[in-house]
Amino acid sequence: MHELSLAEHILQLIEEAAHQQQFTQVEKVQLEIGQLACVERESLHFFFDIVKKDTLAHEAKLEILEIAGQGICNQCHQSISVNSYVTACPHCGSYAVAIIAGEEMRIYALEVK
Amino acid sequence: MCTTCGCGFSQLRINNRPVSLEHQPNQLLVYRPLRHLPTRIDDLGRSDAPHSLNLKKISMHPPKNAETRRIKIERDILTQNNHYATQNRHYFSAHGIFALNLVSSPGSGKTTLLVQTIQRLRNQFPIAVIEGDQQTDHDAIRIRATGASATQINTGKGCHLDAVMIDRALQQMHLENNSLLFIENVGNLVCPASFDLGEAHKVIVLSVTEGEDKPLKYPDMFQAADLLLLNKCDLLPHLTFDTGLAIEYAHRVNPALPVIQISATQGSGMTPWLQWIDAGYRATASALQNNPSNQRHD
Repeated sequence: MHELSLAEHILQLIEEAAHQQQFTQVEKVQLEIGQLACVERESLHFFFDIVKKDTLAHEAKLEILEIAGQGICNQCHQSISVNSYVTACPHCGSYAVAIIAGEEMRIYALEVK
Repeated sequence: MCTTCGCGFSQLRINNRPVSLEHQPNQLLVYRPLRHLPTRIDDLGRSDAPHSLNLKKISMHPPKNAETRRIKIERDILTQNNHYATQNRHYFSAHGIFALNLVSSPGSGKTTLLVQTIQRLRNQFPIAVIEGDQQTDHDAIRIRATGASATQINTGKGCHLDAVMIDRALQQMHLENNSLLFIENVGNLVCPASFDLGEAHKVIVLSVTEGEDKPLKYPDMFQAADLLLLNKCDLLPHLTFDTGLAIEYAHRVNPALPVIQISATQGSGMTPWLQWIDAGYRATASALQNNPSNQRHD
């Protein structure tokens, strides 16, 4: 359910940008969402379509770019790919992995008129 | 969500009073026209209108020959929440307030744990509680019965507390310097993980009547927490719950997570929990004492 809040926050950032950069219509919203971020993509699309009604983003398409999860094993110090918070290092089996990418939730860019 | 302008605050209540969102001057909702526009132009600028909008700037249509352009934003979606969380954190640090955010699924025993904790600590520190629930002030009433002050936030349909709600609640509270503040989040093992409230630590409560694989099923929350309280341990003789396995799973998600086994109703395990609070409380209070320039009088 917090995807509704996220959709509202996205719209708020768009409105701030519109105020600063003087645009009145948004055609595309590009998000960067990390693989580990607590975001259900389908749900975010669903709620964004609801909150965008009657706003300058009413025609905007949401495009989600996924950022792969990456970590460094605290035991053997190798860089590994991580697709969940419960990932064992494939080299040494340790679960002590420091996440270095994949938790992002950002608006990357807008296409506007 | 408010059906008039789309803001998320219409169902929010603090101590059973509706809370309105005072939009910041740089956050004009100029692009959200009311569905039913007022007929008289004089009505537009009324300052008492609940959702007053600057309609002069409203234009839903770009100029006819406008070209599509691309602009980079590169901002965190939770920018606003994180801004308020930072503000709350500064407030806590300026007043030596040790704030804990208690998270769990519904029914893990958070309120009972708080009542028992407050009864043991109330003569040592000033204690206040912010209670978060979708509906009712039952939890705040239980807390107030201990003598501690409690502010109830009802989120309506909302599934978590956010930093703006805490800011609004703090404005209504009169926290003493060097207080201990418990924030009991909405019972939900998913959403509250993403929302920083400005707290010193998230404390996760898992009861042994739940499955031992909860950490694997809901890893985000266990990842975000700084302490795990395994509650209702007095019931272990009657259950098949594997404590060692639950802790092992929690450590797969968060290897450094300290665990305290506790029974809020029977009192076992309360001592290490109270010692953990005491250590954090003293560190916060002494930071204020050593650096009194932090202290603000607002």
